Amino acid sequence: MLGSGDATREPYQEYRQWFDSEDAGRLNRKSEQAEGFFRRTGITFNVYGREEAEERLIPFDIIPRILSAREWRKLSRGIEQRVRALNAFLHDIYHRQEILRAGKVPWQLIANNEAYLPNMVGVSPPGDIYTHIVGTDIVRTGDDEFFVLEDNARTPSGVSYMLENRETMLQIFPELFAKVPVQRVSDYPQSLRRSLAACAPPRCEGKPRVAVLTPGIHNSAYFEHSFLADQMGVELVEGHDLRVTNGKIAMRTTRGYEPVDVLYRRIDDDFLDPLNFNPDSLLGVPGIMDVYRSGGITIANAPGTGISDDKAIYSYMPEIVRFYTGEAPILKNVETWRCSDPESLQYVLDNLAELVVKEVHGSGGYGMLVGPAATAAEVEEFRAKLKAKPEGYIAQPTLSLSTVPIFADSGLAPRHVDLRPFVLVSPAGIDITPGGLTRVAMTEGSLVVNSSQGGGTKDTWVLEE
Amino acid sequence: MLGKTAGGLYWMARYMERSENYARLLEAGLRIAMTRSSAASEEWASVLTTAGGRSAYRRKYDEFRQSQIIDWMLRDRENPSSVLSVVKMARDNARLVRTALTREVWESVNECWMTLKDALAAPVADRDLPDMIDLIRRQSALVRGAMLGTLLRNDGFHFARLGTFIERADSTARIVDVKYFVLLPSSISVGSSFDNVQWETILRSVSAHSAYRWAVGGEPTARSITEFLLFNRQLPRSLAFCYDNIANCTNEIAAEYGEELDSCAKARTIAGMLRNSSIEAVFDEGLHEFLNGFLDQNAAVAAAIEQDYRFLE
Repeated sequence: MLGSGDATREPYQEYRQWFDSEDAGRLNRKSEQAEGFFRRTGITFNVYGREEAEERLIPFDIIPRILSAREWRKLSRGIEQRVRALNAFLHDIYHRQEILRAGKVPWQLIANNEAYLPNMVGVSPPGDIYTHIVGTDIVRTGDDEFFVLEDNARTPSGVSYMLENRETMLQIFPELFAKVPVQRVSDYPQSLRRSLAACAPPRCEGKPRVAVLTPGIHNSAYFEHSFLADQMGVELVEGHDLRVTNGKIAMRTTRGYEPVDVLYRRIDDDFLDPLNFNPDSLLGVPGIMDVYRSGGITIANAPGTGISDDKAIYSYMPEIVRFYTGEAPILKNVETWRCSDPESLQYVLDNLAELVVKEVHGSGGYGMLVGPAATAAEVEEFRAKLKAKPEGYIAQPTLSLSTVPIFADSGLAPRHVDLRPFVLVSPAGIDITPGGLTRVAMTEGSLVVNSSQGGGTKDTWVLEE
Repeated sequence: MLGKTAGGLYWMARYMERSENYARLLEAGLRIAMTRSSAASEEWASVLTTAGGRSAYRRKYDEFRQSQIIDWMLRDRENPSSVLSVVKMARDNARLVRTALTREVWESVNECWMTLKDALAAPVADRDLPDMIDLIRRQSALVRGAMLGTLLRNDGFHFARLGTFIERADSTARIVDVKYFVLLPSSISVGSSFDNVQWETILRSVSAHSAYRWAVGGEPTARSITEFLLFNRQLPRSLAFCYDNIANCTNEIAAEYGEELDSCAKARTIAGMLRNSSIEAVFDEGLHEFLNGFLDQNAAVAAAIEQDYRFLE
């Protein structure tokens, strides 16, 4: 909120005025009211491996994170450029592999990558869209310095929090939105439905029927799956509601089996089809890959997109952007040492206490080392892991992430944040909702914002022009 | 609508109804136990029989003690029909069918579960039981209000209503059956005056003690009470009322789908039978036999609904 010196940064000025005129007791009550609201709505998040706390609330902070229209324009241009490049890259990797031939990305990185799906070679998804939904993780280090941390091109989650955080703010501070002009996020579900329907497969007859595929009520993101299906007005299905009939995917309804044209799946590639992938999967639909390849269904995101967002590929993103768009990347990439490279490995081992080390295929903030915050024993433990399997890790410098204030017991207190805007891709174009999910490390000094590790969320405001 | 979703709505409503019926049974049991301490144990045993958990209870406890029965029926997780268990099941089903519910309905079910989970975290003292029963009934009323006030009147609504009335018909038939010996004409003709406390208990367990006075009036007799509970088409917990609604729901679904299935025909038959029977004929056939036959038919309708609309694979 504060810029250099102690001046309130421009986007926060109107909010600050309002905030200063509010009384702390009222804000405290509002904060409690927000928690009650989340509890009642059941916006919970399941933590794996914790029997009792099966469903937990993610802490919500009532101070919004605010971006100006100008900041947002730059961000969204950068994200759009990156998402275009990702789709072009995926198409290329599963077809002619020109980027490998050009020597811009080493072929071992593809051939030995577990996210690479040979079943997808030569398959062109409807409209040639691979990543229908992307959640790009962004951090800020200075006034105009934005870095992309991760591209999240598989099945990014968190969009329900973007929507519910705003809904909560509207409920508890309606007067605020009359004072500060904030761009709407509430159109997202309808945009998502339109965007998915625009990607209907060649063999779709009539109006495309969309469904959301969930692993079930025990999945950590089940709330979001049901929320999105509900908001879009489409069915929420599980694998056992679906089967292959007449070369189409059909769902069991009260009136018999009815076809599905577009499946927004929230299960991993590996579980999608027990006939083609993991044979033990009970979550998927046997034979769906064959229907997919024959143009009977659209799967969003396309199988095999994981190849574009692992952390080793990430380090090549600047080259990937240049190769497919012919432009210089608008958003920066965090400097990344690939531990598969012996020199980089040596550097990482020598500077372990200053670096962040991540698993190439990890997510959710698990299996990572934040050097400056780790104990000596944790650093040593990682040193051993790195030596044993260097190609499984990358390292990055710890960035001096921007902070925004949270409403703490002691008043306003700075905490580190990141930002995940949500991007929809269809043949009609790329649509980025003005806002996103701001995740905040609730502990002082912490850089880990993942909800599985105690991070919280905030409403994210993009101001009107 | 997905078959799974239809099933989830049906069961959500059934479980909500069950929690409420349990609360009413407990209330009636408590009242009779307070007014007649000598027969308390016997009364509690009959409450358990009505609730359908007597044998499971006996596996855990040796005697019919009030505090144990209350605990078993309210909060024992080993009892799949305890209020806590069924409210959890109702909420799990609501989560499963979240897309078919309005926000108000989902929130009311979720809040019901959260409230009762906290309220039933520790055993309930006898003196707090009336307040607890009140709380359960109020939560249930909120869910019903949200459903009636906000749900689209489409197939989903009708599936939920089917769950409500199938469960309610089952419960009312069991309440009457467990007490049928009190209601037999012979129990009066042997000379004892009709048992005031007993009949009041029965009417209370279906929340109909004052409704009886308004709808029927006069001195209560075994015949008039039984007739009221079985055949009165204005009493929301009578068998006839339940089946008017079940037949109506299956008709609505048939109209919406343009196809009449087995469950629809079965429901219509029972509704017609309840409309055309007389209490004399029931007593001639034998009340117990009549009720047993009804419970079987009701279960057959439930099975047909599940089959016709593909609740399961």
